[in-house]
Amino acid sequence: MTNHWIDIKNADVIMIIGSNAAENHPISIKWVEEARRNGAVLISVDPRFTRTSALADIYAPLRSGTDIAFIGGLINYVLENELYHKEYVAEYTNASFLINPDFGFENGLFVGYDPNKRKYDKSAWSYQTDADGIPLEDKTLQDPNTVFQHLKRHYARYDLDTVSAITGTPKEVLEKVYSTYASTGQPGKAGTIMYAMGATQHTYGTQNVRSYAILQLLLGNIGVAGGGINALRGLHNVQGSTDMCLLFHILPGYLKTPIEADETLAAHLERVTPRTNDPKSVNWWKNYPKYMVSLLKAWWGDAATPENDFAFHYLPRNSANYSHIALFEAMYRGDIKGFIVLGQNPAVGGPNSNMERKAMENLDWLVVIDLWETETAAFWKRPDVDPASIQTEVFLLPAASYVEREGSVTNSGRWIQWRYKAVDPIGDAKEDLWIVNQIMRRLRDLYATQGGAFPDPIVNLTWDYGDGLPDAEQIAREISGTALVDLKDKEGNVIVKAGQQVKNFTQLRDDGSTACGNWLYNYYTQEGNLAKRRDTVDRSGIGLYSNWGWCWPVNRRIIYNRASVHPVTGEPWDKEHPVIRWDPVAKKWIGDVPDGGTPPNTIHPFIMKPEGHARIFGLGLADGPFPEHYEPWESPVPNLLSGTQNNPAFKIWASEMDYKGEADKYPIIATTYRITEHMQAGAMTRNLPWLVEAMPELFVEMSPELAEEKGIRNGDKVVVETARGSVTGVALVTPRFRPFQVNGRMLHQIGVPWHWGYMGISTGDSANVLTPHVGDANTMIPEFKAFLCDVRKAV
Amino acid sequence: MGKVAMLIDTSKCTGCRGCQVACKEWNDLPATTTTNWGSYENPPDLSASTWTRISFHEVADDRGVRWLFFKEGCLHCTEAACVEVCPTAALQYHEMGFVSLDEDRCNGCGYCVEFCPFQIPRLEINPLTGQGKAYKCTLCQDRVTNDLIPACAKTCPANAIQFGDREAMVTMAQKRVEELKAIGYTNAVVYGDKELGGLGRIYVLTERPSVYGLPENPQVPALTRLWQKGIQPFGYAAVGLTLLGLGFNWVVQRRVARAAEAEEEG
Repeated sequence: MTNHWIDIKNADVIMIIGSNAAENHPISIKWVEEARRNGAVLISVDPRFTRTSALADIYAPLRSGTDIAFIGGLINYVLENELYHKEYVAEYTNASFLINPDFGFENGLFVGYDPNKRKYDKSAWSYQTDADGIPLEDKTLQDPNTVFQHLKRHYARYDLDTVSAITGTPKEVLEKVYSTYASTGQPGKAGTIMYAMGATQHTYGTQNVRSYAILQLLLGNIGVAGGGINALRGLHNVQGSTDMCLLFHILPGYLKTPIEADETLAAHLERVTPRTNDPKSVNWWKNYPKYMVSLLKAWWGDAATPENDFAFHYLPRNSANYSHIALFEAMYRGDIKGFIVLGQNPAVGGPNSNMERKAMENLDWLVVIDLWETETAAFWKRPDVDPASIQTEVFLLPAASYVEREGSVTNSGRWIQWRYKAVDPIGDAKEDLWIVNQIMRRLRDLYATQGGAFPDPIVNLTWDYGDGLPDAEQIAREISGTALVDLKDKEGNVIVKAGQQVKNFTQLRDDGSTACGNWLYNYYTQEGNLAKRRDTVDRSGIGLYSNWGWCWPVNRRIIYNRASVHPVTGEPWDKEHPVIRWDPVAKKWIGDVPDGGTPPNTIHPFIMKPEGHARIFGLGLADGPFPEHYEPWESPVPNLLSGTQNNPAFKIWASEMDYKGEADKYPIIATTYRITEHMQAGAMTRNLPWLVEAMPELFVEMSPELAEEKGIRNGDKVVVETARGSVTGVALVTPRFRPFQVNGRMLHQIGVPWHWGYMGISTGDSANVLTPHVGDANTMIPEFKAFLCDVRKAV
Repeated sequence: MGKVAMLIDTSKCTGCRGCQVACKEWNDLPATTTTNWGSYENPPDLSASTWTRISFHEVADDRGVRWLFFKEGCLHCTEAACVEVCPTAALQYHEMGFVSLDEDRCNGCGYCVEFCPFQIPRLEINPLTGQGKAYKCTLCQDRVTNDLIPACAKTCPANAIQFGDREAMVTMAQKRVEELKAIGYTNAVVYGDKELGGLGRIYVLTERPSVYGLPENPQVPALTRLWQKGIQPFGYAAVGLTLLGLGFNWVVQRRVARAAEAEEEG
């Protein structure tokens, strides 16, 4: 989230799209309702009428996978009717920047596409610059090469008729949503977008979110209270694990993993540290070297010296794709022999899970660390396999649950909150920290005594947690950052003594004098563990609760907040909900921690970009600077907007189990989702009788029209089949699902929750045996949300 | 202590059923075996082990589709048919404004089940002893008499369940209905502020009560009073001569029990 949960109450319009917040984030609804009490309008955009839609003022149905058309049409509406926040767009975004004249777009493809590699050469997706490398601008936005004019041309094709023909959303509903949401372009009004996996789990999921970003920038909704792009994370600590490098392509705090070409630390820093000559650009990532060196010092301590590049060569070089799908493709090929699984259950949660279960048969060993014997732990005795034919040695380590251990969790709003242990673990269950500590200590002993190809990174790792349960607060201090020697200011005064915690990342250095496990996470300071703060007083008037827990970065509750004020005066656009405001007498900002404390009109507000402006035109993504509508990998209709059917830049895998379904055999659109009563792959909830009682079985939601066509009655058992597998569930026939009128054709869609599997007290087929093994062009997140199937009554 | 009430604001309910599970957790009620019957709703009915549950109502008409979530459970009437007909005083008016249930006193006669205008209490017969017992929401009487709010209200993430002083709840409900009307819920209505002498469970509804299966104008059946005053003693005659002999004792004992409690409470 750019904003945070409580801040939803400050919105004038709330659009929940690609999310069923009432179902999956019930707590958020408290704040949605608070906003509605104050007159806000709630829009729910979803293929089916959900528990969220039930609360909404406006419900807009859209066919799964057509978000870019839906939002593209809204962008077009805003531009055509000049409803954008003109000063904001001109001053704070790159709308006025001139784009390289070689840039172009034709028939669904941006310039630079190589069909053989399925990759773009992005060199023409760039700004025109002056001799100092500063982008050229036309603040009138009239130059045909401005981002603004490119944007207008790009989305002019997304007219109401075309969008309605693609999305299946009735035109009058589109107009109602568009006019309602566009009203937040008035200065002082705020619209928020709440999204989740319905947006991201597509072959163009990143571009779905980009479309929200562009819309929000046009309307001046970023940085303001009640605005923002708000990703509702699927678990209480998904944000924390992302921040701490759960993903393969980043290091903690979104530092970059080295690539092969980064032969030295200097080469790495040269490649990834952005530069600018624009005096008004803060260009915060210029500090990258401080964060990287401090990370290396946190990890390798005295073994990281200036002479050995601070042990930079210990870091693995990122030479391949280690995303979820790629790992299972490699496992299927037999390239991966050992697998440690904690905090997930891919036999249920992974796409094309028949294939992923099969892939695990190629493992020599599997370690599952979990509260229950999950489907993954039991893959060798799953239905329809002969356990004797599977040679994998499986270890199941009982894990402590989240109420049985201590540590920090980071919520979607970037709030780091300390969670205390409530009860002791049951039986032999152990905390994750304990388990990882034991594995690491044994590994280190093995490398120390027996050597190996490259033992140094493991033998020299800072790992001094003793033999028992590591102290979570000791780790918190390591993450937060420590001075290794006395740190002095320019006058030579000691500002932090050796061994003390740094105040925040501004005290980190690139000379090896500081150690910090994650530059964004400075929550353990000399004042103590700020994640433990529990001050329920809101001094901001807009629900920031700045002394409750701690929020990254630097306890800034709403990021990009310098964009919430007028560029010259520093007066908030919204005087009722000021995030910050400049006090000309005191000569300081009042309110939230500002994105840079200098006076108004001295810096550009988007400090994380070297150009200081938010990017309506994106430079870095794999699949285009503007979101463009493509059809899902499996779709029953041709792309109405261009001859390019699918996102041209995502990877298509080709093992013998990567089947693709065609519309002649599988004419019905399907999607997967979660329900309130069950959690993710279900191990935690399908073992609880009360929750099983409330939601006992896999079901398949469908419209009365489809049911009639197929001779299905409510409550019948039905089979859903795709090119990859089939499931049997109970038909839930409901007017909450309607067929879509798509370009004159009636298309049916169904929905299947994905919580079930073959273990636990409630068992059932896993919806992910249906889903394909393809993912987003940028993030590789699987396309769980749109694929093709057929449905029939079970016999 | 003044009267308390629970306020259920259906316009805020997300149908998450945290209340349903919290009730079972606090009251030690077991899960039953269910199947999906083509609905999100389960268990399919209130029972001896399900004292509250959310019913899901799909309405599709010219106004479009609506999906309404309704928390079922005892409405804690001020004029409660169940209390009137209960021969053992297991069901009583609690001074805090709810209908309390003393399981040990319940003889399983089932009159409460028959006479409740909302069809709330459920009877369970112990298969071993043959002894019946009636069950229903007690407003978490063990919690609310110890300064805790009911388990369902405590757990509701959407603030759809409020608990407190009855007058404050009624005022809150009326204010909320005005708010809802102002944002387009023209059918919004308070239910329970006046019905049956005022209920201990007050609803803010966004549709007519009947849409949720509530009687528009609930009444204590006239038969109830007749039953209690006249027929009840003879009712036992139908069971057998032994009971006929005991019939008078029942009535007397019940009066004694009530008088004793009135003294305690006084």
